[in-house]
Amino acid sequence: MLDYIVPLLLLTASLLALRKKENTYDLLLTGAADGLKLLLSITPALIFLLTAVSMLRASGAVELISSFLAPVFGFFGIPPETAILILVRPLSGSAALAVGADLMAQHGPDSLIGRTVAVMLGSTETTFYTISVYFGAAGIKKTRYTIPAALIADFTGFLVASLTVRMFFR
Amino acid sequence: MVMSWIWTGILAISVVCAMFLGRGQQLSAAVLSGAQSGITLTLSIAGSICLWTGVGKLMEHAGITKKLARLMRPLLVRVFPSAKTDDILSQRLSANLSANILGLGNAATPMGIQAAQRLADPNKPGLATDELCRLIVLNTASIQLIPGNVAAVRASLGAGAPFDILPAVWVTSVCSVAVGLTAALLMGKVWRNA
Repeated sequence: MLDYIVPLLLLTASLLALRKKENTYDLLLTGAADGLKLLLSITPALIFLLTAVSMLRASGAVELISSFLAPVFGFFGIPPETAILILVRPLSGSAALAVGADLMAQHGPDSLIGRTVAVMLGSTETTFYTISVYFGAAGIKKTRYTIPAALIADFTGFLVASLTVRMFFR
Repeated sequence: MVMSWIWTGILAISVVCAMFLGRGQQLSAAVLSGAQSGITLTLSIAGSICLWTGVGKLMEHAGITKKLARLMRPLLVRVFPSAKTDDILSQRLSANLSANILGLGNAATPMGIQAAQRLADPNKPGLATDELCRLIVLNTASIQLIPGNVAAVRASLGAGAPFDILPAVWVTSVCSVAVGLTAALLMGKVWRNA
């Protein structure tokens, strides 16, 4: 059923617009042209964000920092093995999925760690990607408390993921 | 300014770590490959971004976003008081939130950005207003109901029931969104606009 969400959404929107005697196809084209402008406005931010992320990963900093942070996370009840995922998750969605899949394969998808990893991936977003895209497109220079608030939400997610998995799967 | 500090900080950490671990070669290769992957990512999302801005425009004219906005209004105006008087804003916000809930990330992004552009205060260009901060916090925390690709990875690794993590995901999402929004509300009271 999930497979039909998008196609049915397209069909319904087109039918409803036609019934209102709107120029359906023309609207799609103008909208898509707006999309191109939007892409242009977010591309510079993406180039430099991904440059920074790629340098950080190549330098080995992620592994180094996560080995320092693992005991700290352990103190909060977060499995230390997931430290590297927690570091990568806010920076890059595809890298996080790769790291997560690797951890799940290593420990088994139905293990405590495997499930914690899955819940972490499923309940958080690529925070820095989102922030740089939104700020870039809306031309925001003074970000005020957005980043700390977003990171607090992320950390809550990682913490609660470890707790819920421990509670729901014994 | 914050982004400048983050950028410089990441560079400094990378250079120091690479020197320490002797990974200069990988580091310098990563500079160009990272920039290139920015373009690759832009191109790889280009089709679906344009598709969804097109469909978004269509839904606007077909009256779908208006119905959606009316449905979500009671919840929406609590977090975004401006949506009370601004119809277009409330339509864009509700489209962004419902796309996020359905897990259509590439549809949520353009609608969210259009909402963000509308939330930006024309009298104070470049300033993230309280509501804009809240919108971004909502989008950086996940409110997706069914995390499809995580379940797909679990299935491919032979999990007994790939979707058995859903209740834990929901509880976790609700907690992180609630804490994030509360943090934003509290900090909005303390953090004066510069």
